[in-house]
Amino acid sequence: MHPAPSVIFFTVFSGIGFGLLAFLGLGYPGVTGWTAFAFFAIAYVCAVGGLMSSTFHLGRPERALKAFTQWRSSWLSREGWCAVIALLVMAVYGMGLVFFGERWTILGLIGAVFSVLTIFTTSMIYTQLKSVPRWNSTATPAMFLSYAFAGGALLAGQVTWAMGLLAIAAVVQVVLWAQGDGALSGSGTSLATATGLGNIGSVRAFEPPHTGTNYLLKEFVYVVGRKHSQKLRIIAIALMAVLPIALLAVSFSHVLALLAVISHVAGALVSRWLFFAEAEHVVGLYYGKR
Amino acid sequence: MTQLPQSTTKKLGLVIDLDTCVGCHACVISCKGWNTENYGAPLSDMDAYGSDPSGSFLNRVHSFEVQPAQGEAQLIHFPKSCLHCEDAPCVTVCPTGASYKRVEDGIVLVNESDCIGCGLCAWACPYGAREMDAVENVMKKCTLCVDRIYNENLPEVDREPACVRTCPSGARHFGDFADPESHVSKLTAERGGMDLMPEQGTKPVNQYLPPRPKDTLSEGAGDIDVLAPYLEPVAQEATGFLGWLDKTLEKL
Repeated sequence: MHPAPSVIFFTVFSGIGFGLLAFLGLGYPGVTGWTAFAFFAIAYVCAVGGLMSSTFHLGRPERALKAFTQWRSSWLSREGWCAVIALLVMAVYGMGLVFFGERWTILGLIGAVFSVLTIFTTSMIYTQLKSVPRWNSTATPAMFLSYAFAGGALLAGQVTWAMGLLAIAAVVQVVLWAQGDGALSGSGTSLATATGLGNIGSVRAFEPPHTGTNYLLKEFVYVVGRKHSQKLRIIAIALMAVLPIALLAVSFSHVLALLAVISHVAGALVSRWLFFAEAEHVVGLYYGKR
Repeated sequence: MTQLPQSTTKKLGLVIDLDTCVGCHACVISCKGWNTENYGAPLSDMDAYGSDPSGSFLNRVHSFEVQPAQGEAQLIHFPKSCLHCEDAPCVTVCPTGASYKRVEDGIVLVNESDCIGCGLCAWACPYGAREMDAVENVMKKCTLCVDRIYNENLPEVDREPACVRTCPSGARHFGDFADPESHVSKLTAERGGMDLMPEQGTKPVNQYLPPRPKDTLSEGAGDIDVLAPYLEPVAQEATGFLGWLDKTLEKL
């Protein structure tokens, strides 16, 4: 799949932003006044910035409001609703903390639930696709949620939680990669089933339908950089989890914590690039590619 | 509404005969022509006369080589367009309701004025039947020529999809699969019509007819023709002058 920068930024930053909102909603850290304002500002910049980035991926962003209509069937529509509800509820909850020094627990809980649901619905957009066997796995939502929780804990300054959750995210990520490597061959979809010609003999793509490229090849048959995937996986895990855990373990200071956040985000971006670049869409089979 | 209908009154679709398709791409061209001039946004071309041309098409013809365990390899031309699936994954993922399946005839369509160009429907389609138009930024797909098949301004003979109308080898057929007596249903039953990627669970309406078994010339190389026994050499041993010559030459 084509790794569009807008979608990579969207999933990484909105994941971290909603992860932080979930922690704030649960009262970790229990801040009020301007300190709370700073935390909420960071969370909103990440979450809203990510969501805005995703609209660059649209061909017709001016019609984006129509995406709220199909929540009964579409995960993308559900994601839109969850994000808006989470942002609105958390805004009211945040106002209480910042301006009135009051923690309205129920609102915080509702906001946290919808923040987590936003991350989950985002992950389901990818998980639901049978056409991309690597994503069509329960490990996909687990990965998105574990990244968001780890990033959220890191930004919320919950050092102990962050160290544990970063380690969990690393394990989930490795499981997703290991499972994903056999997903296409294990899916049962092959050129034989795609053409229905498998019972005659072995099928090979002989001539493509066009001499140039097309939307399908650009969007779904992205093969650049796959040969470096093992190196990139090691870099991703090192930056996303190992280095931040090490930095947090040394001793707590804001400089080290900032470095840990930067390292985590860089690692998450690498991992998310791989998430798209390595994913094989079955339509590639018709072109003799994967 | 992007929820799929429980059932559709008709199931309009195509039968594509892989035995008779000659791979001429006439269906591709007629499709592009009709659908650029009629329903919805035109199908754009990018750099059409340059060094890197590309464009939107609703129908494309692949060619595959199949090598049986024994015998010669076969070349099979393979037209591919929207299969108008009963369980169309492209419809349910649409966040705006632009993508829908019609209750009356089962055609899967895109309401282009509602499409936000998110591309998720094309991601969900395992067949690559949908293409985002690079100029209009909306999703394009086969409409089964919905503006031909019911068009009373056209002569009756033309009220079928452009690809079917134009196919010079009779490899494409259009009809209602919900009617067991329709010629597409009968063809499918007679020739063992098959679903593409049945394991994806999309329940495609369009059916592909497998190639008929090929001639087996290479297998029985011994009897080339029924007359072959009569053409066997009558005289196994040379006699007369040739016999003498043969023996003499052997002795040398």
